[in-house]
Amino acid sequence: MMTNTVEAEGQLTPEEQKRLTADMHRSLRRKKFRALFLVAPLLIFIMVTFVAPIISMLYRSVDNPQVLEYMPNTSAALADWDGQEIPDEATFAALVKDLAEGRKNHTIGKAATRLNYERSKMRSLITGTARKAGRLKPPYKDKVIKIKAGWADIDTWKIIKRESKSLTASYYIAAFDMETTPDGEIKMLPEKERVYFKMLWRTVWMSVLITLLTLLLGYPVSYLLASLPMRTANTLMILVLLPFWTSLLVRTSSWIALLQGQGVINDILVWFGLVNDDNRLSMIYNATGTVITMTHILLPFMILPLYSVMKTIPPSYMRAARSLGATPFTAFFRVYLPQSVPGISAGAILVFILAIGYYITPALVGGQTGQFIGNMIAYHMQGSLNWGLAAALGVILLVLVMGIYALYSRIVGNNNQMTLR
Amino acid sequence: MENSASSEAFVRFEGVQKSYDGKLLVVKDLNIDIPRGEFLTMLGPSGSGKTTSLMMLAGFETATKGNIYLNGQTINNVAPHKRGIGMVFQNYALFPHMTVAENLAFPLQVRNMGKSDIEERVKRALDMVELGTFGDRRPAQLSGGQQQRVAVARALVFEPELILMDEPLGALDKNLREQMQYEIKHIHEQLGVTVVYVTHDQSEALTMSNRIAVFNDGVIQQLAPPTELYEKPTNSFVAQFIGENNKLSGTLKSTQGGLCTVRLPTGEEVTALDINTVGLNKESTLSLRPERVFLEPVEGQCDNVFNGKVEEVIYLGDHKRVRMNVCGHNDFIVKVPNSTDNKGLEVGGITPIGWSSNDCRALDPA
Repeated sequence: MMTNTVEAEGQLTPEEQKRLTADMHRSLRRKKFRALFLVAPLLIFIMVTFVAPIISMLYRSVDNPQVLEYMPNTSAALADWDGQEIPDEATFAALVKDLAEGRKNHTIGKAATRLNYERSKMRSLITGTARKAGRLKPPYKDKVIKIKAGWADIDTWKIIKRESKSLTASYYIAAFDMETTPDGEIKMLPEKERVYFKMLWRTVWMSVLITLLTLLLGYPVSYLLASLPMRTANTLMILVLLPFWTSLLVRTSSWIALLQGQGVINDILVWFGLVNDDNRLSMIYNATGTVITMTHILLPFMILPLYSVMKTIPPSYMRAARSLGATPFTAFFRVYLPQSVPGISAGAILVFILAIGYYITPALVGGQTGQFIGNMIAYHMQGSLNWGLAAALGVILLVLVMGIYALYSRIVGNNNQMTLR
Repeated sequence: MENSASSEAFVRFEGVQKSYDGKLLVVKDLNIDIPRGEFLTMLGPSGSGKTTSLMMLAGFETATKGNIYLNGQTINNVAPHKRGIGMVFQNYALFPHMTVAENLAFPLQVRNMGKSDIEERVKRALDMVELGTFGDRRPAQLSGGQQQRVAVARALVFEPELILMDEPLGALDKNLREQMQYEIKHIHEQLGVTVVYVTHDQSEALTMSNRIAVFNDGVIQQLAPPTELYEKPTNSFVAQFIGENNKLSGTLKSTQGGLCTVRLPTGEEVTALDINTVGLNKESTLSLRPERVFLEPVEGQCDNVFNGKVEEVIYLGDHKRVRMNVCGHNDFIVKVPNSTDNKGLEVGGITPIGWSSNDCRALDPA
């Protein structure tokens, strides 16, 4: 009876509900403004320094302005070209005009570099022709072909036409170890020339390995920290955090001192006669070095989330399991371990995501076989200056990480819900 | 202390000491014999050593000195999971990642019981605590009282002969706590298991126990059934800790045939039972229950009669608590049953009060 009345009274008509919702929103508006005001500085900071660069990177991976901008006449002339035979005199005139102007304004190099990504020798073809373009008198077609025979190749023109669009997929095609033939067909590169996929795969499996190693090393330490009295735990925690207060470069270099051919560890092994002096172990400047060093550097990122989760598992659970007749082993695997899973997954996802984007340490200790995709991106940013490709690789990495995170939150999110439900 | 034959004791603490730091004894020379089927409560303020004693019995703490026997066997070196003792923890310690049924099945699974056997026992245990339909839920989906019942059922499901309970009702609200007290008491009576129960709540201890061991400062102050503990405290700590108590301090002047005379600092002399005094002309604390004090006593009813000045009257429905100034103590409490004829209790008024010397106990100086 009682509950029935309450339910009947609790039922609101749709109109009343609408009004109630409006009242609620109004009463919360002030609060919302206040919250917005408080986060505004950080929000603006993040927009400027984080979101904007990411958007610009996303855009740069498909942005293709060079040919259109620095060879405008050629681009326009090629717009109606059918691609069946060498273009007519008018197109060559446009080309000469672009090259001459481009040389005068020092912009032709940018277009040349861009086209060179699609086919090597395009740069010398364009810059070589541009050098003489200013002195040419019409008719141009034969004279231009005489300067560089490449202009008689119909593929040259097909590539210029293709790249005179303002957006391109060619950086992504390159990032997937593929190429576009002049006829517009997309195919895999020959086995020997495939680099990026191999690099990406290596980055992933080495990150997985590093994550597993940090878990293996970090779990017992976290367990100890969580079960010790507060004071002792805090002291030990300083040892865990100590690496955080040391420069990354110092830590990496100290591993070089330890692991290199004439380093501490090899010296000791030789001294004990375990390793022949002529046959010292190569533990650095290869994948081994990267794994060892990164495991050490990323270990705190595993320990901290594990510790914070383990700290919340009351010791009474283990005691209860023991009192119910479980051996310490069973009690750990059936009661403690399942409850520490949120810590394991949080630590693992943190270490993995940090590892997959790592760049300084592999660069310093990775040698040839221990480089990560991050080093490749850095190379294209700083070395080859192919920013478009760097951006495409960056986007692929970003999508990969986001995909893994989505997978994680799917699995762990559901798990958490199950525990709470 | 109890004089039951040691061979019959199911649980036996013999000269047990415990120190955590090698300087301070948390438990000093503990000796208890607990017969089979008894409900024994360890009662005391926090830090009195009661929980440590329980943990030593469960096997989570090791005794620094002395022996603990279970069923005649010393268990000092037996691992907790081999002791076969059921335990209910303060916050239940139900495994949050398992359902209620899985929690109950856990002790049976680790004992390698058959699947159908496990199912049947789990069902029976759930029925016993009236949670038959809750097997598929997780602990977090249950109310505090339901979690409590599951914890009790889990401690009982593998049919241990001894159950330990460490302040199991501490997290419940008052009504639920009282209800659960009866339920646990009834389960104990039905199953006949031996229960060792730790609490700091005296009313809980009085409600449930066969015997209560009052702990203070690592020592058992008194070990007795509830009525005896309340009616006949043997020292001033117990008198003060159990129930409400009026405390009057004075000097022992004479003793004669079980009675004694204590002179209060204000000069009055009180006749009381000589229970635990330390000697003539030494300090003694008189203990007197508030409900044993009479207002305006009839001639000859009481052999101790004094004047009291009413300081405060608190109305509690069925009775009134009257705070009076008696013999220089202004915290003297008298419980007056609520009836129509006690109107004269006005603050500031002087009323004669009295009590029988048989209700007043002369104890050790507090």
